Amino acid sequence: MPAAFRVHGAVKSYAGARALGPIDLAIEPGTTTLLLGPSGSGKSTLLRLLNGLLQPDSGTVLFDGEPPTLRSRLRLGYVIQGGGLFPHLTAEGNVALLARWLGWDAARIAQRMGALAELVRLPLEALQRHPAQLSGGQAQRVGLMRALMLDPPALLLDEPLGALDPVTRFDLQHDLRDAFARLGKTVVLVTHDLAEASFFGGTSVLMRDGLVVQRGPFADLLHAPADAFVARFVQAHRIEAQ
Amino acid sequence: MILLALLLLAAPVRVGSKQFTESVILGEIVRQSLERAGIPAVHRRELGGTRVVFEALAQGQIDVYAEYTGTIAQELVRGTAAEGLRARGLRMSEPLGFEDTYAIGVRRAVAERLGLRSLSDLARHPEVRLGLSNEFMQRTDGWPRLRAVYGFAEGNARGLQHDLAYRALQDGSLDATDLYSTDAEIRALGLRVLADDRRAFPDYRAVLLYRADLPEAAVRVLQRLQGAISADAMIAMNARARLDRLPEEQVAGEFVGAPNQQGEGWPIRVLRRTGEHLFLVAISLGAAILVAIPLGMLAARRRRVGQVVLGATGLIQTIPSLALLVFMIPLLGIGARPAIAALFLYSLLPIVRSTHAGLLGIAPELREAAEALGLPPWARLRLVELPMASRSILSGVQTSAVIDVGTATLGALIGAGGYGQPILTGIRLADTGIILEGAIPAALLALLVQALFILAERLLVPKGLR
Repeated sequence: MPAAFRVHGAVKSYAGARALGPIDLAIEPGTTTLLLGPSGSGKSTLLRLLNGLLQPDSGTVLFDGEPPTLRSRLRLGYVIQGGGLFPHLTAEGNVALLARWLGWDAARIAQRMGALAELVRLPLEALQRHPAQLSGGQAQRVGLMRALMLDPPALLLDEPLGALDPVTRFDLQHDLRDAFARLGKTVVLVTHDLAEASFFGGTSVLMRDGLVVQRGPFADLLHAPADAFVARFVQAHRIEAQ
Repeated sequence: MILLALLLLAAPVRVGSKQFTESVILGEIVRQSLERAGIPAVHRRELGGTRVVFEALAQGQIDVYAEYTGTIAQELVRGTAAEGLRARGLRMSEPLGFEDTYAIGVRRAVAERLGLRSLSDLARHPEVRLGLSNEFMQRTDGWPRLRAVYGFAEGNARGLQHDLAYRALQDGSLDATDLYSTDAEIRALGLRVLADDRRAFPDYRAVLLYRADLPEAAVRVLQRLQGAISADAMIAMNARARLDRLPEEQVAGEFVGAPNQQGEGWPIRVLRRTGEHLFLVAISLGAAILVAIPLGMLAARRRRVGQVVLGATGLIQTIPSLALLVFMIPLLGIGARPAIAALFLYSLLPIVRSTHAGLLGIAPELREAAEALGLPPWARLRLVELPMASRSILSGVQTSAVIDVGTATLGALIGAGGYGQPILTGIRLADTGIILEGAIPAALLALLVQALFILAERLLVPKGLR
């Protein structure tokens, strides 16, 4: 199943102030794309245009040739910082919410649940807990399971590692990369962290003030910065890393 | 035809009474007389003031009650009494035999010190502290008429509840009050009744008012009461009820010759009132939940509509509960229906507000997460938003339930029964024991409601939210 995004001249404004665009972007099936940039650069807005949570003021956003609808979100996994779990449901209830609503039988849900727990390396007993009783890393893993439950061809992640401590973050980074490699899905991941971008590889899209500044393999950002801003952005992160 | 006639016969005659002892005793006398003649009858007692009971009769919610000729002529109908009543489909019996006119009674000590014998004497002493019943203050044949005939000054009369006036006379904080010439207290409190030397008060002979469609057999029973009750007999019966604290059923029973009328024992009585009270609360609260939760959902989804809904339900809450009950009478008559309607309106705001607050209190990222999953709006509401707001909604329902249990006691004022009935009766008879018979169960019920909601929270609020 393909999962391609096409963005043509998309513009989004909030209260008259332009937050994004115009943006042109093509994301091919099965690739990993990292949306990079400082806060306020429009990365999260772009991600929400991709799954239709936001509508562009002008221009078009297409998912497999059509504007994303409520229905197409069933084929678009979405993970936010902290997991975005519903506190009234157990981890298991969160993961299975959509499948139950669609009428999957218990055996199919249990089977899929087991496979996903293994994929994201979540201990099975954690599935019976409520979100308040999960650690930050566990909640994020459950959030990932929920996004993957229907086996969607595309996965959108908004700063999925943002709120985690360094050790948990390191573990989850590796698990995420392995999962992406095994699943072969179209992945779009938002981060403000350059190290994360270099770790995941794929195509980097560096944004500033709602516009794409440079697009290409991560190494290009380092070795062939498109302008002074890209060079400064890369430099700032290097100093921080040292 | 025969079947129809049987059905009509089988429906009990509904006797009403106003909210004072004499009226209740007369109501009981009528009911027991009918029953002794083999005609089923019920007594809807202490329905309220003159207006409420008369309208209940005119609209067919009761069939008969005792009234006074002066009240009919001055307050209830225009033109002559007989014509005015006929126009509304009502009939009046011949006088029952006693007159219960308005009178002003003064504490004996004050009367002797100032030499008061008549109302003309009283008008010359504005320093005498007059406490008048609210009804007397308002009626055209009451205080306004006295002022017109005797020239009383406006300032020296205060309005208060009739039974409280007797207590104030007893402890000396009042000097004089309006009373009825058959009141038991005249003797008990040692009051001097002032002569109406300029004939300000009209005739107040007791009669029975009944509906023109009352079956002939019942009318014949009513006719037997004509001229049968003397003033002395009435004063004695009032004294039996008010001073000796016998139930009206028993006082009336002695009069009609059926002295075994005991009324219900207290456990049955409390049980029956509990049933009436729970009925009022359950129906009004249930309806409020069904209406208020969707209203709260609507208010949370659409801001403009929300402001209107919250404003309107908030406005209802500012209407005094007594006023709201009285507003309901022209629309729904007397009894449980208007009380339920008023309680329903009162229950709306807490539930609407808590539903609204609970839904808006959901973190925006969680709402977005539900949207991003691909659930349509109704599924999001049912599976995510309402469960997350359940705790808040339940607390609103609890607030409404507790308000309802308390406010339902006022339902007795318009004939809805419940725990308010003994409270009213107790105030009328100045009997704390009877008041407690209503007040204690009402308090216990409020506690029980609290306990039930703790249980409901365990059952209804998802574990992850507690």
